This record gives sequence, structure tokens and C-alpha cells, in this order.
Amino acid sequence: MSIAETSQISETETVDQEELARYRRERMMKIARWTLPSLVMILTLLAWHLYVTIWEVPHYVLPGPTLVAQKMVEDWAVLWPAMILTGRLTILALILAVLGGVGLAVAFTQSKWAEMSFFPYAVILQVTPVVAIAPLIQIYVDNAFVAALLCAWIVAFFPILSNTTIGLKSADHNLSDLFTIYGATRWQRLRYLAAPSALPFFLGGLKIAGGLALIGAVVAEFVIGRAGTGLGLASTLLEASYRFNFGRLYAALILISVMGVVIFALMSLISYLALFRWHESALKREK
Amino acid sequence: MTPRPPLGERAPLLKMSHVEKTFRGDIVALRDMNLTVNEGDFISLLGPSGCGKSTALRLISGLMTPTSGKIDWTGGQSKDDLGVVFQEPTLMPWARVVDNVWLPFRLRGVSYNEVKDQVLEALKLVGLEKFQRAFPRELSGGMKMRVSIARALVTRPRLILMDEPFAALDEITRHKLNNDLLALREAIGCTVIFVTHSVFESVFLSDRIVVMAARPGRVIREVQVTAPYPRDEAFRTSAAYAAHCREASEALHDAIGVAA
Repeated sequence: MSIAETSQISETETVDQEELARYRRERMMKIARWTLPSLVMILTLLAWHLYVTIWEVPHYVLPGPTLVAQKMVEDWAVLWPAMILTGRLTILALILAVLGGVGLAVAFTQSKWAEMSFFPYAVILQVTPVVAIAPLIQIYVDNAFVAALLCAWIVAFFPILSNTTIGLKSADHNLSDLFTIYGATRWQRLRYLAAPSALPFFLGGLKIAGGLALIGAVVAEFVIGRAGTGLGLASTLLEASYRFNFGRLYAALILISVMGVVIFALMSLISYLALFRWHESALKREK
Repeated sequence: MTPRPPLGERAPLLKMSHVEKTFRGDIVALRDMNLTVNEGDFISLLGPSGCGKSTALRLISGLMTPTSGKIDWTGGQSKDDLGVVFQEPTLMPWARVVDNVWLPFRLRGVSYNEVKDQVLEALKLVGLEKFQRAFPRELSGGMKMRVSIARALVTRPRLILMDEPFAALDEITRHKLNNDLLALREAIGCTVIFVTHSVFESVFLSDRIVVMAARPGRVIREVQVTAPYPRDEAFRTSAAYAAHCREASEALHDAIGVAA
């Protein structure tokens, strides 16, 4: 029996054990990914509940989780339409942000003059806080829903514009040369080269814009108010705070967070579906 | 395909006369280049970096215009005349292999169905017909380069320009692709201009080696490799190959010596 043989045997054994350990680790990770956050949530709710009951905190200071849950059920008839309204505002603003952001990005990359003339104003529109512009919009735009939509749009369109602009310019130089050699038209270059190159950048912008559209919608509801936009989740929340109805306030707040999470998940799914076949960001690598 | 006439009896395809390229007014990338490319030639542009060999390719491909001098295609040039292979495979990562090879036709407005046979034939020539539905990232470096070659020859161009296409590949893959490139050329009979800085590669592949020097970029000498095609692995170890390598190597040393 040679030394080489012995080492070979022990090596395979180590590999097997390593494999096994890795497999176990992976399973643990999989379970932990769901159980740990759930556990944190349960403990937080429990602590919250105990704090409220033991110290007898009045419900207009901090409502307990049971009261919030109760309000959620009781006020569902108010909360659900409010959520639909805020959701509609958010989705519409996001769609317009996509159209506007992509449209402007294409215009900017097709014409240097357009970019030089208008890009600074896109930046100014972005850096000026929407809360400061909203009252003006409310004055000049008669239709309150349109005014709110405009607010949400202003917040959401910039990441799409900025990301898509970079993306459209980031096509591979050699591929670009190849298109020149084959006599590609401007439209072909945009359609077959610039647009697919920009897709991962655009989708990154979309993820940010989804969250911002919701924030924009909430801000718009706060500033423009229920008189105009109707009763959305944010105006419901504001009204509940005026009436010290903190159970409803918390219920509305939770629903706004849920909407944000759903929008983010949707955008991530769209991004994954568009990229998983070819883009590095969507690849799973063996470690 | 008619057999290729010997060197010296081939019809001219394009002529570069007194071609110069200057950048930013004073940097001479290429000085007084005179070269006649004949139908059926396999020309290597061999030289150190900065000798203007890539510039020469870009001038021929029309991506750059010469500062002075001219490049004339016999009988005029059309878009169908050129195929190009870069140092990188330069594939569209979002498109499947077939769609990458279809690109030159697509940009002319030709639908896939019209040219399906040609596209599949090109893939077959490079041995990738089984991978037509794959995405580039699923292929190895050598396979990606084969797709790139298939795309260059799918339109059956009169001239294929190759800019150090195998420089980034490992030696084994490179030898294999060298052999396959020669087999391809025998099969479709195209003219090739091949940029390289490898003496061995240039001798194995070409029948004309144009040795260039740097600063300023210029042609020093032309070496003719008279060994007949088809050339196979046995050629790599033959005395003729060694002799040609020595000759090209000496010319290259002269080029570097002159430059230094």
C-alpha cells in the first residue's frame, strides 16, 4: 500500500464530508431565510402587545397589535377603496414615468442638442423637493387627480431617464463598429443595439421608480388632500391622525408598506424575467 | 469553386496606394502604405503593437478614412464585400447564436426565413449547428469566436478582415481554430486579411506576410510563404515551416530594431 493510495482515500472522504456539510448549510440557509424574519416579526408583535397591555398605554398614544388588526377588519370597507385609489395613482404615475423617462432618454441620446438644452431642467425638476412644488401644481392644475399624478410622476421619472440614458450609451464599441460596417440605419441601431444594451439599466431604474411612484403618490395625497384626490390611503392616514383614530392610522400605514413591497417584488420579477437568459446580474453561479 | 491561382497570377481585389493616417495632427499611425490585395490571398499583417496594423484594417473596413492616399476596390465596393472578426467575439449577449449570425442580413432588412439555410450553413461550417438556440454566455471562448467567424462569412463576403481574433484564446484552442480557419477558407474560397503579432500563426495561416514596424507605423517587408494549401498539423513540424518562421522572425526583428 503506497502513500499515494492512502491520501487518495482520505481525500475522497473529505470531499464527501465537505459536500454533505455544504448541503446541510444550504438547507439551513433556505429554512433560515424564511424563519428568521418571521421569528423577528412574531417577537416584535409580542413585545409590542406586552408593552401596551402591561403599561396600559392608551390607544390614542400607541394602539396594540390586536386593535390594529381589529381596525383592519372593521374598516376594510374604507381601507380597501382607499388602497385601490392610491394604487391606481401609483401605477398610472409609474407607467407615465416609464413612457416619459424612456422617451426623453431616447430623445437625449438621438440628439446632443436636445440633451444639452433639456437635461439641466430634468435635474432641477428632480432635485427640487416635490413637497415644495406640489402646492403650486395644485394651484395651476384644476383637476386634483391630474395634479397628484403630476407630483408622483415628477418623483418617479428621473431614475428611469438617467439610467436609460446611460444604458443607451453603453453599447459595446466593437458591436457599434460592426453595425456601421453593415450599414445599419439609425432606427436599426436603436432597436437592435442600443435598446437591448439599455435594458438592464432601465430595469434597475424601474425598481427605484416603483418605490418612488408610491412615495410621490403619498406625498401628493398629503399635500393636495382628500378634497381633490378622493380618499386614498395617505389621506385616510392623515384624517385618522386628526381624529386620534390610531388603530386605523396604523392599519393604513401597514397597507402602504405592503403596497411598496408588492410593487418592488413585481418590478424585481419583471427584471428577472427580462434578463435571466442572458444578463450577468441574473446569473446564479456555483460557489 | 475554381482552384486558387498561384501567387502573382491572382486578380487584384483592392489597392492601397500611399495611404497615410495621422491622429490629432501629428501622431502618424500609418505612413505611406502600399498594398495590393488579390482575390484568394491570405495576408497576415505582422508587427509589434503600435505598428498601425489595426489602423490599416479600420481603414480598409471604412471605419476610418485615410488622411491622404486612397483605397480602391476593383470594380467598386458594396456592403456585401466585407466580413469582420474582432479580437473579442463581439456577440450580442441578448441574442441567440442563430440571431447573432443572422445580424448582417437582418441589418439589410432580410427576414430570417429568407436566409435560414445560409445561416445554418455558416453555423455548420464552424461546427456549431447544434448550438444555434444557445445564448453566447453558454458557450466557451473558442465557441464564441466560431460564432463570430460564422457571422463574418454568412454573407459570403469577398474579403474577411480579422483583427487578432485568437489572441485571447489558449494555445490549444488557437491551434484548433487555425486549422479550422484554413479548412473554411478552402471550403468557401474567400480572401483574408489577418492581423496578428504571432510569427508562428502568420506563417501557418498565410501565403503573404506583411511585416510592419512601429513609430511611425509602416510596412517593412513582405514575406511570401510558398508552402501549398491545404496545410495540416504536419506542416507545423516541417522544415519548410521552420524556415519560413525564421525568415518572418528575422524580418520582425528588423522591424523592432528599426523602431527602437
